[in-house]
Amino acid sequence: MEELLNILREMHPDVDFENEEHLIDNGILDSMDIVSLITEIGEGFDVTITAADIIPANFNSAKALYALIQRLEDEA
Amino acid sequence: MHHNILTDLNRTAREKPDKLAFSDGVTGLTFRELHRQSRAVGTFLHQRGVYRKPVVIFMEKSPQEVAAFFGTVAGGCFYVPIDAEMPSGRIQMILDNVKSPLVICDGQTLETAGSFRLEGAEAVLYDDVAATEPDDEALADIYDRAIDTDPIYIVFTSGSTGIPKGVAACHRSVQDYVEQLSEVLGFDEDTVFGSQTPLYFDACLKEVYSTIRYGATTYLIPKNLFSIPVALVEYLNEHRINTLCWVVSALTMISAFSTFDVVKPLYLRTVAFGSEVFPLKQLRLWRKALPDVSFTNLYGPTEGTGMCCYYHVEREFQEGESIPIGRPFPNREILLLTGDGRLAEAGEEGEICIRGTTLTLGYYNDPERTTAVFVQNPLQSAYPEQIYRTGDIGKYNEAGELLFVSRKDYQIKHMGHRVELGEVEVNVSMLPGVQMAACIYDEKRGKIVLYYVGDTAEGELTAALKQRLPRYMLPNRLIRLDRLPQTSNGKIDRVGLKKLYLEPAHK
Repeated sequence: MEELLNILREMHPDVDFENEEHLIDNGILDSMDIVSLITEIGEGFDVTITAADIIPANFNSAKALYALIQRLEDEA
Repeated sequence: MHHNILTDLNRTAREKPDKLAFSDGVTGLTFRELHRQSRAVGTFLHQRGVYRKPVVIFMEKSPQEVAAFFGTVAGGCFYVPIDAEMPSGRIQMILDNVKSPLVICDGQTLETAGSFRLEGAEAVLYDDVAATEPDDEALADIYDRAIDTDPIYIVFTSGSTGIPKGVAACHRSVQDYVEQLSEVLGFDEDTVFGSQTPLYFDACLKEVYSTIRYGATTYLIPKNLFSIPVALVEYLNEHRINTLCWVVSALTMISAFSTFDVVKPLYLRTVAFGSEVFPLKQLRLWRKALPDVSFTNLYGPTEGTGMCCYYHVEREFQEGESIPIGRPFPNREILLLTGDGRLAEAGEEGEICIRGTTLTLGYYNDPERTTAVFVQNPLQSAYPEQIYRTGDIGKYNEAGELLFVSRKDYQIKHMGHRVELGEVEVNVSMLPGVQMAACIYDEKRGKIVLYYVGDTAEGELTAALKQRLPRYMLPNRLIRLDRLPQTSNGKIDRVGLKKLYLEPAHK
């Protein structure tokens, strides 16, 4: 989780990622952020996030995103 | 060619009154409604005595915003689009530059408009303006008095001094552009555009003006869909969208995450992209998934009214090869000028300069920066003839196709946007607690990297910067140093910074 938070904080140092639950709905992360986020997650966690998983529910909070990463790791 | 862009709208509204012109997917305007609302806006301007003036349009991307654009032109004025996404500092600079007597807002933006120094300008609500009863006699008179070198819009682009530049374009260059572009890309009345770019850039000319020219239809795609690739493709299919003129990063958003394995666009026939390099791997994914679709690379600066050159992708490219800019649309010429002012030889590098009707009028209220790049053609001195120096370096390949090589200065293309790194640096340096700032661009990862010296923490600096710079200009990575490396003559050593960045410890 800490590794994911570091990736997020580096993108937006001014956002409280531990508590923010509407990263997509509030427009904090835009499409460009998502592209670089998925790239960095792919490098850091050895998982591949594909289109079907790129939905607001998976990206609205760091917690949800971490749950997605764990699910993909388990499936691998 | 007509001398007034409204000729197209008048004709199409007569021929296809009930066809959908612009829609956001939920609500839309037919050509009759678009025409009616634009005449209402024009009449409102006339009644207020606003004529041959810039009119600021501060609205959400919507069919009504398009009607406000045409309405401004119908009133004999020129529109200046701004957007709630723009940081407040930038909006204020634009308002200060254009000194518009009127700001047309919608319900979302009216309150925000009141927070700016308007210097006597009046903020009005679009719905009130659009309720004006059209005075067609007055509008016909305005139409007759218009000439094709009158401005129709001003859009703002990044400026290295920290102050954005307002590029003003006239009827004639827009008409010419739309005519050439639509022939090259084969637009017609059956074209259904899916518009991705904001309406405050010249990029939207492709959809907006081609739609009224042919009686086509444009869907203004909601921005949030560009974060949800499967839903985005489903939207294209739902509305039978067949033509996309998008920035590369938006196309990549679909191809990079195996979206085509889940859902494919069913109706596409034309894809045009530009403003940045299309990674070959992504282009291949698109072409493989959609073998019958035509793909065209477009190139051109805002100062040349949208795009100037095109290249139809018809062959495979090897790794390391770049997709050519190709050749100019008809009725404009590219001059590749060397440092000593002659035409570059085959294979030799030169600055890409543009000549022709396609040139815009220059930077609004900014003669100094205008004359620095809109200059006399150095190849002849017999009569006045302007060319625009793009600052892009290019060369011709063996097939005679133009290639983009690099920039003369610190301008970059980042996620489809043109960004002056100098503008980022100036804005960072103005923040309290920052002593020095320098930016480099990591092309490979598409990141603006900011190095700075000062007491301000990274989070605080980003938060402050969001008030001053548009989102696409915000540094993606901030690195605080005790001092910045300097060259022997005391300038910031950007080459040294880049080297530092590429050292493994900083990756």
